[in-house]
Amino acid sequence: MRATPWATIPGFSITSEVPLHPVVEREQLSPNVVRLVVEAPRIAKVRRPGQFVIVRKGPGGERIPLTIADNDPEAGTITLMIQAIGASTTELTALQVGDAIQDVAGPLGRETDLIASGHAVCVGGGVGTAVLLPIVRALADKGVHVTSVIGGRSKDWVILEKELRACGDVVVCTDDGSYGRHGFVTQALKDLLEAGGVDAVYAIGPVPMMKAVSEMTLPYDVDTTVSLNAIMVDGTGMCGGCRVTVAGETKYACVDGPEFDAHSVNFQELADRLTTYRSFEQQALARQADQEAKGACATTEVQA
Amino acid sequence: MTEPASPVPAGEDGTEAPKAPLSNKERMQIDRVAMPEQAGDLRAHNFEEVNLGLSYQLAMLEAERCIQCPKPFCVDGCPVRVDIPRFIKSLREGDMAAAAESLLNDNALPCVTGRVCPQETQCEGVCIRAKKGNPVAIGYLERFVADWAQANLDQLPRHEPVLTGKRVGIVGSGPAGLTAAGELAHKGHDVTVFEAFHAPGGVLIYGIPEFRLPKDIVQAEVDRLVADGVKIEVDAIVGRTYTVPELREDFDALFLAVGAGLPVFMNVPGENYKGVYSANEYLTRVNLMGAWNPESETPVLHGQRVVVVGGGNVAMDAVRTARRLGAAEATIVYRRSFDELPARKEEVHHAKDEGVRFELLTAPEEVIGDENRWVTGLRCSKMELGEPDKSGRRRPIKIPGSEHVIDCDLVVVAIGTRANPLLTGSAPELQVNEYGYMIADEWGMTSMPGVFAGGDIVRGAATVILAMGDGKRSAQAIDSYLKGVWPPEGVDPRGGEKAVTAG
Repeated sequence: MRATPWATIPGFSITSEVPLHPVVEREQLSPNVVRLVVEAPRIAKVRRPGQFVIVRKGPGGERIPLTIADNDPEAGTITLMIQAIGASTTELTALQVGDAIQDVAGPLGRETDLIASGHAVCVGGGVGTAVLLPIVRALADKGVHVTSVIGGRSKDWVILEKELRACGDVVVCTDDGSYGRHGFVTQALKDLLEAGGVDAVYAIGPVPMMKAVSEMTLPYDVDTTVSLNAIMVDGTGMCGGCRVTVAGETKYACVDGPEFDAHSVNFQELADRLTTYRSFEQQALARQADQEAKGACATTEVQA
Repeated sequence: MTEPASPVPAGEDGTEAPKAPLSNKERMQIDRVAMPEQAGDLRAHNFEEVNLGLSYQLAMLEAERCIQCPKPFCVDGCPVRVDIPRFIKSLREGDMAAAAESLLNDNALPCVTGRVCPQETQCEGVCIRAKKGNPVAIGYLERFVADWAQANLDQLPRHEPVLTGKRVGIVGSGPAGLTAAGELAHKGHDVTVFEAFHAPGGVLIYGIPEFRLPKDIVQAEVDRLVADGVKIEVDAIVGRTYTVPELREDFDALFLAVGAGLPVFMNVPGENYKGVYSANEYLTRVNLMGAWNPESETPVLHGQRVVVVGGGNVAMDAVRTARRLGAAEATIVYRRSFDELPARKEEVHHAKDEGVRFELLTAPEEVIGDENRWVTGLRCSKMELGEPDKSGRRRPIKIPGSEHVIDCDLVVVAIGTRANPLLTGSAPELQVNEYGYMIADEWGMTSMPGVFAGGDIVRGAATVILAMGDGKRSAQAIDSYLKGVWPPEGVDPRGGEKAVTAG
């Protein structure tokens, strides 16, 4: 009697007034980071720096929070930078121009609290650099002097250097010394703090990096903002999964953040909560690899 | 998926129905039928619907029990004022199409209410037959007729409303929003519903589990509304994607029905350990995101020993879900006693049958974790009941020295929800009370003219059917507002149109 067996599909499909979101541009930024420009006119119109979207690739897909790196209200597009970490993000990075994302919801979260003048140091690690870019651009637009400090494992993993250079100074650090300074971003940051005149620090990257930046700026008494990539489902405050402890109080990264005063954040708890689904993620990746292997075999058989 | 028991197409009856009408005395002698259900030990391990639905024979028998009161209390007991005697009369006359049309005319989501309404405190609670025995099983009959209607929509007359050209925006696609949408579309208005999630249904899809309300039932109800011309825009977060003032400019009237979405936590140490969920998150992962299915891309933690804190319907949904996800031990921890459990008695009974343990008069004090901050237990104290508090329920008081630890690897907190400030934050003109709930008059009109509100965002966490009552009432008020008749005439603020009687 029943029309469509929703329940047999994890996550439902439904009549929707909102068309799919086609990918109109794709660029491979590093071995595991991809830049996608997707159509999302409703969001492109109102998005502010620091805000994010929740993306669901298709029926059965996971809801993934992604920072909006840029928007073009006229073209009706937003730019997303995606790092392939788990199975779902790997699927998203595999999208090509002409493919489409089913759901893009947002813009979510609060906009970045930007300083109005002076000197800002913006520290980015890995895909965090992509999240940092809109903040750097917004600061530069206000006339703030920006020094971006970005890092990666080696030269191939350094992203968006050109874009950041258009907004101010850039210091590149690589773990292996294959490009720019040899060492971590925190060492470059320390030099800048020692030189003085830093009014604010914005740091976005892996939790250990943000924690290290926070510990480093504390003795210099420099306001430091971090963007927290907590696990979340809805992005509207409904699930409480993204709760983080800030200044001893429970906050929701999705609606109270995603940016917080670094010196008040309990990074240990955040790092810990981010490992909640580690075993599921490993299983999902293994399944994905397994399916790809099977797919390759099937193709071979057909060809044979 | 369980198929409903053999609904008989209209026109093929007659063989089953009694030849001559029964006398009331004969009707009073018929015992209430029992709802066929999956056995407790079986269903504790699957997500299929617990209640299987009445067979045609059982439904016809139960329908004979209604004595067709001239002044039916049951209709007054129903928040959407379904004309219960009327659909039951059509049913027992074997006219399924007439029964379905009558029911659908009064209730936009009868497949839903036939499954999740607390009939025992509403229509059935005031049924005259409840005074001397068991009330007519109105909920079972509603479900029977509604399921028949969903399977036989082509046999129902289609009403093409005269289009008014007026546009109404509805924020939230839960029970209040969908009810209002159906009601307004039937009155010829151009209705668009905005939903923040990727699928419509609100609590009907993210909250209430599959085994109590199958999601394809919800989808079919939504599909029916879409076929009636209702437009649904998903992934639209009002307060972020759009603001209320923006929508107010685009639409002739708005109905805000966003629910009370924020979870309440216990505020005890250890609550942020891994393995502590809000009921919202746990149920959303399992229901909306389909994590009950191992193929789902969305993970959910499967506890072996799960404690659910709270005693309401959401707590029962969570604890029964935990059993189905494989918990060997699933326990309700509630600080008052059995008599105060706010959940429907049927849910409590179902949970017990499924092997759920109840630790009553027990209040959590701390979540205990291991060195990796995974939950290992819940430290609780025993309580005793003292004098009644503001809510009229006896206040639980801690018994000194009664501390003990309940070993567990998953804690689900189901102690209520509160208003989400996301939408109201975008519209300072909207008046809210000290708890963030919207202030609305008896018709649901807020402090912004033409902007109505209903459901949990006005009344605080309540039931599906009360939200639907608000949706129906506000839809009728909105219709009147759009016609320039204010205050509305012929509308009962409790929901449902007042009967127009001559003389």
